[in-house]
Amino acid sequence: MKTFQIKKNYFNAGLPSQIIKCSLLSAAIFLASGCSSLGVQPWERDLLAKEEMALTSSPIDSALDDHIYFSKEASSGGKGFGGGGCGCN
Amino acid sequence: MQLTHKKAPINIKAALTIATSALLGTLPVIANAADDTMTPAKAQQESSWDFESAFLYYSESDRVSAAEAVISAQKTLENEAVLNLKLTIDSLTGASATGAAAQPNVQTFTRPSGKGSYQTQAGKTPLDDTFKDTRVQLNAQWTQPLAEKYTGSAGVHISKEYDYLSLGVNGNLAYDFNNKNSTFSVGLSYFQDTFEPEGGIPLAFASMPLAYDNDDDEYSIDEGGEDETVNSAGKTAFNATRRTDSDNKTTADIMFGFTQVINRRMITQFNYSYSKVDGYLNDPFKMLSLVNSEGIAQDYLYENRPNSRVKQSVFAQTKYHFEQNVIDISYRYMWDDWAIDSHTIDSRLRIPLSGQSYIEPHIRFYQQSAADFYQPFLAQSNAIPGFASADYRIGEMSAYTLGVKYGMKLSDGNDLSFRLEYYRQDPKNSGYQAPGALAEVELYESVEAIIAQVSYSF
Repeated sequence: MKTFQIKKNYFNAGLPSQIIKCSLLSAAIFLASGCSSLGVQPWERDLLAKEEMALTSSPIDSALDDHIYFSKEASSGGKGFGGGGCGCN
Repeated sequence: MQLTHKKAPINIKAALTIATSALLGTLPVIANAADDTMTPAKAQQESSWDFESAFLYYSESDRVSAAEAVISAQKTLENEAVLNLKLTIDSLTGASATGAAAQPNVQTFTRPSGKGSYQTQAGKTPLDDTFKDTRVQLNAQWTQPLAEKYTGSAGVHISKEYDYLSLGVNGNLAYDFNNKNSTFSVGLSYFQDTFEPEGGIPLAFASMPLAYDNDDDEYSIDEGGEDETVNSAGKTAFNATRRTDSDNKTTADIMFGFTQVINRRMITQFNYSYSKVDGYLNDPFKMLSLVNSEGIAQDYLYENRPNSRVKQSVFAQTKYHFEQNVIDISYRYMWDDWAIDSHTIDSRLRIPLSGQSYIEPHIRFYQQSAADFYQPFLAQSNAIPGFASADYRIGEMSAYTLGVKYGMKLSDGNDLSFRLEYYRQDPKNSGYQAPGALAEVELYESVEAIIAQVSYSF
């Protein structure tokens, strides 16, 4: 039963993760190589400059959410550091 | 509470400005700022501190509830340097799943301290209701331009609770190019945590000892020597299951980020993170039921996890500004060497209701596979494995969050917002056959929680 369990997890972790990693890496490389044609002029930043267009528009909400999910799930970080910080996990 | 006190926000701000300046007067970096004795009026004039505060209440049905208050102060200095100080206080009470399996009969468990015991009713998931902790956390972050196109940032973190101390440092370097439309960043962070749990740190797979000093018998203990002898023997037996009083863990993270402006309406971000955790990674309060072939618990053994874990993740986020609305979508894929992998999709849509207010629905999906040493119970017929934990948080699970936030700009220019969310976790069976009585009870109980938050910026 246990052997089967381990194999199942490896299968889970194997194929989809490779596909996801490859596609995200390709997307990143594509964007990095094509980035000089992307973007805006400084005078076109009216919308991007708005508070709600910041990548983290509510830092306190994000920090509170990170704390909740860090203590309730096996994953953390990704957007920012997912390090220690409390004995809640 | 005072964080959302609307009558005199200016006075609060002035008072906090003085408090913050006084606090910083002890720091050499900006010692000059605190040279003058400030009156509230003067502080108000000179202040460019911005404050953000929030109060959050988290409550699980029948389990843990937590209240958390945050206040964050930020100031931009002459050379475009930004200083951010943040104080977080939270308090936790309630019951937490111990890892032991539900049974058709009443079960008795020793409290983590060894002093006293508690009972779990038939058919119920065993919960340790002694959880009670208050935590204080301080963060300071300094960010400043280092050279043209380069921005540096450094920060410190300290968090202290009754049985836990966490110290952390972090640094980040960002490089802007392509007319500031693209940014590469690299960040490092390091945490040193010390855990000194109530009752000490149990030996791996030690049997849960009997309680040696029941609080309910407080008066009878003092009466005669007999009870004291029993207690002394009980304490010795309890201590025999303990390895040490405290233990440590370290967490080292490195993160590479890339941000790209796509066009006037769209911005994207990609991160890759690598995290290495070493040291004591067990939860000293968690155990596993050791069951016979009928599924009846014969013993309870403390869990044992590996003493290192390597986690990696990729994260992608996009924000798009429609004519009015702003959509924020992110995805994270995380995997580790415990064979856990997880997918997280998070999405928010900000809809302006008028120039002064907005509503923001939020939806989040989460799914994780089990750690390779996760098992919901131990069977007597099998040898004890090297590592095992019945903590549902490292088992197979899916979860979702549904929420809504309402925010408004007040007439004095300050921001007030309310957030209400529903969070649900559904642990899953990852292929274990439950023998006998265990087939009749709920081994994978769902957890539901409500999150309510009020935020005020001034």
